[in-house]
Amino acid sequence: MEELVAEAHAPSQLNPDAAPILEVENLQMYFPVRSHGLVRRVVGQVQAVDGVSFQLGAGSSLGLVGESGCGKSTTGRAITRLYEPTGGAIRFEGKDIARISPKNLKPIRRDIQMIFQDPYTSLNPRHTVGTIVGAPLEIHNLVPKDKVLPRVQEILEVVGLNPEHYNRYPHEFSGGQRQRIGIARALMLQPKLLVADEPVSALDVSIQAQVVNLLQDVQKEFGIAFLFIAHDLAIVRHFCPEIAVMYLGKIVEIADRETLYSRPHHPYTQALLSAVPDVRQAAVGGRRERIRLTGDVPSPINPPSGCRFRTRCSLAKEICAKVEPPLLQVGARHKVACHFPGELGHAPQTPVTTGICGVDAQGNTVAGQTADIQLNAPGYDTTWLDLATGQRTGA
Amino acid sequence: MTDMHSNDGPYLSVEDLVVHFPTADGIVKATDGLSFTLGRGKTIGVVGESGSGKSVSSSAILGLHRGSSAQVSGRIVLGGTDLLMLSDEEMRLRRGKEVSMIFQDPLSAMHPYYTVGNQIAEAYLVHNDVSKKAARARTLEMLERVGIPQPDRRIDDYPHQFSGGMRQRAMIAMGLINDPGLIIADEPTTALDVTVQAQILDLLQDLQREFNSAIIIITHDLGVVAEMADDVLVMYAGRAVEYGPTKDVLTHPQMPYTWGLLSSVPDVQGDTNAALIPIPGNPPSLLNPPTGCAFHPRCVHRSKVPADLCTTTLPELLPGSQGPGHTKRCHLADPDELYRTEILPEIMPDLIVED
Amino acid sequence: MVAYIIRRLIAGVVLLVVMSIVTFALFFASPIDPAQFACGKNCSPAMKAQTAASMGYDDNFFAQWGKFAKGVFVGRDFPDDPKLKITAPETIAHCAAPCLGYSKERTSTVTDLIKQTMPVSLSIAVVAFAFWIIGGVLLGVIAALKRGTLIDRGLVGLSLVLYAFPTFFIGLLLLKFVAIQWNWVPVPEYTPIAEGGITGWLSSLLLPAITLAVFFMAGYVRMTRAFVLESLSEDYVRTARAKGLPKRTVTFKHALRAALTPIVTMAGLDFAGLMGGAIITESVFNYPGLGKLAVAANTDFDLPTLVGLVILLASFVIIANIIVDVLYAVIDPRVRLS
Repeated sequence: MEELVAEAHAPSQLNPDAAPILEVENLQMYFPVRSHGLVRRVVGQVQAVDGVSFQLGAGSSLGLVGESGCGKSTTGRAITRLYEPTGGAIRFEGKDIARISPKNLKPIRRDIQMIFQDPYTSLNPRHTVGTIVGAPLEIHNLVPKDKVLPRVQEILEVVGLNPEHYNRYPHEFSGGQRQRIGIARALMLQPKLLVADEPVSALDVSIQAQVVNLLQDVQKEFGIAFLFIAHDLAIVRHFCPEIAVMYLGKIVEIADRETLYSRPHHPYTQALLSAVPDVRQAAVGGRRERIRLTGDVPSPINPPSGCRFRTRCSLAKEICAKVEPPLLQVGARHKVACHFPGELGHAPQTPVTTGICGVDAQGNTVAGQTADIQLNAPGYDTTWLDLATGQRTGA
Repeated sequence: MTDMHSNDGPYLSVEDLVVHFPTADGIVKATDGLSFTLGRGKTIGVVGESGSGKSVSSSAILGLHRGSSAQVSGRIVLGGTDLLMLSDEEMRLRRGKEVSMIFQDPLSAMHPYYTVGNQIAEAYLVHNDVSKKAARARTLEMLERVGIPQPDRRIDDYPHQFSGGMRQRAMIAMGLINDPGLIIADEPTTALDVTVQAQILDLLQDLQREFNSAIIIITHDLGVVAEMADDVLVMYAGRAVEYGPTKDVLTHPQMPYTWGLLSSVPDVQGDTNAALIPIPGNPPSLLNPPTGCAFHPRCVHRSKVPADLCTTTLPELLPGSQGPGHTKRCHLADPDELYRTEILPEIMPDLIVED
Repeated sequence: MVAYIIRRLIAGVVLLVVMSIVTFALFFASPIDPAQFACGKNCSPAMKAQTAASMGYDDNFFAQWGKFAKGVFVGRDFPDDPKLKITAPETIAHCAAPCLGYSKERTSTVTDLIKQTMPVSLSIAVVAFAFWIIGGVLLGVIAALKRGTLIDRGLVGLSLVLYAFPTFFIGLLLLKFVAIQWNWVPVPEYTPIAEGGITGWLSSLLLPAITLAVFFMAGYVRMTRAFVLESLSEDYVRTARAKGLPKRTVTFKHALRAALTPIVTMAGLDFAGLMGGAIITESVFNYPGLGKLAVAANTDFDLPTLVGLVILLASFVIIANIIVDVLYAVIDPRVRLS
């Protein structure tokens, strides 16, 4: 039983007072689309990420969820600067790294590390584990050569691998162990921020929990902030006290765990949560009642006007096609991008965003009215729109 | 369970199925004595990790091991015929007609050089003496049935021009075009997004009702099993370790491995304070499986069993306290009590009161 | 699709131009003075200068390349002197388009030299190609389908042995035993179709082609075997079996179609490479092909011939590349439709 308790991990908790280590503001990542003709002109842009803003506290974790093509992985890669963002700011410890030169980027790469999805292809098969894990130390010239090995062994021990196995090759390890090697490599430089892109989705279910728990331990021990990217809503819920849901390149809802999973206000979040098959359904039998989305996600080359989810949304009205809903704060730590936000079955009859967007209920511009708050800023305000009263309130 | 045994016995009955692969290092015991039954219109969920033997067993039902070095024994009785007694040619004629398979990743499971329509029609033409035109008409009908929009335009598209969900629909159309009695779905939704997964599972269930087919659904997702399957079979190291009606097995699991599967996956609906308890260690080698109970090296409840029973003796698959239909392979004396007092409070604290 | 082909063609032309400049630059930078060689042993500085002028070696690099490029399209005269053309037309050698240069050494235009030698190389290449593709692919497929059996092991082993034998050794063996000792075929001597008809032509090519094919065939057996095995383990082949298709259809329609695609690429490029003349084979059998010409030109420091040959052979490879790319698009809809 002792063993069991030692390995059981409660979900991570939110520290609302943590100073932000990462602030992403209006991040855009476009990829050019070329024509098929003789001259390959740029005929469009894949708007993979379009205006994403969020804040991540030091030592905290933010989950980024959504379905394939929603831009969550692209966001992660832009933040680690594997891509050069098309627009927007990425402030790491207050410094904008969105456009700094590769030379100035090098010290920052020490602080921001990445864990990849596939433990089979992300490790060089011809290098020993010691070489792979020790490489960051040598690249950054941080310790004398003879100190690398002891450091490698120390880290291997931290991630639960036998430190004597530093001389082995990746293929001698199982999938879960390989992911531990990837984590060890990421930890080597004691980063302040780890971007984990689907870190467990390639692993067997019993191994997934081991790795998630390891990441939790590591976070507690070293105070690392996590941007946790995954499509598995349950895993994200366990790991992240705060979660952002993305759809077609935009954040549609961002909130603390309790709010997002118990009282989601965006119809897409509601559909996504209701789609997950649930073990508890066994007690009832048959399929769960769920919101059924029809069709596929539209192309990010030519996304729908106004709200990008409107083509599959049961609440969609005229205004949704005309005006893009702002990411509106509706609670202390809750923002939602919808003209008709509300708990399932309690969506308002009239759009709540008319005043803010300066339009009437059909989405037509009203003369003399302009947006009255700064939208798309990362983090949260001290006051917000109370949906029940329609008034601004504060804590 | 009991209703399946009415009339002439179950539609599908697998008895003591053994699939061994001789290799240079020894015999890989991929499946070692598997038995289960399945009636028409019913679904069985086969759960386990990679290497548990779940995919190998279903490939054996389809006869895909034929022509390889695999050694297969036991009985696979489908509609009164033992499939293992058939000649290769007789088996081929049943493949895709009486038993068909839906694979995990439809992008790699479809040939990249042939159109979707061509590949579906091919499945129809091989088992029906009809013209190409008739096969195409039937293909269109199936594409329409599985919910492909504008099937007359999409029929001549190549697989890479379809989205993931559409490809899986096309795959289902291919599997069902001959109206088979048994459908084996091997991780049919693992490669798909959740909202698409829900669509595909809906479709499978609708089609099952329409054609009254029996479905074997292989998955690692207990949620999918809970929603789709009448019975569930939990496999570990090539053997069934727990088997019974889904409701029984998932609400009163009696085998520590099943507990492990339940506790190592967080639940999206449940209490936000539920802990995540992984199964320690790694899946066993099928070349040298552990002695006794194959799960014993990873089992945290081993100390509760007297003597060295777990390490020396393979437990039989026997009914526990939940009636004869629910069997488990474990030496623990009172698993129900253990589950209620030690496991449930950790993983589903919100369910304690109801229980 | 048409746009794709045109794009490939344009890229090919650009590549040709760049390649000709690079070739030119390489020879320009070589320590050998071509005029010195062309002028001969007892060469006075004045004679050398005159030779240089008549060959066009006195210009700067770009002017020389420009003249060469112009010659390819409209032809040129050696020496390119309008006055001389009127006063002493007999001293001028005209090189008609496409002109790849003039070899003083061989008193012939490079184009003519190529015209004489290319049919030989082309003949050997075509017949060898037929042997190695038919033999290599067929045996490779058989080895893959009979995987693990004695047939498989025998084929793989044999191909390894043949692969290890140097080409000249195989050529000499064939020559010594098949032609001379056992007298199964006459000692081969190149016979054009015009002289010996198809049979005469073919039988004259038998030994050289086999010599050349053996080496390639060995590689193709192994490569085909690997590709077929890989495609037999593809998910879509399993799907084809699961549909209940007969083994024949599974193997030929589903597995082989995919396996042969990369072989098309390899074969196209290998064939283009062979067009450059099988230097060793031609030397062993003493066939007057491009390879032999290249060896001779190299020994004589016959720069115009060498430049012409290099550019010709490189263009074969570029053209083959374009053809392979287009074929690939025809075979694979993912290339065509993405």
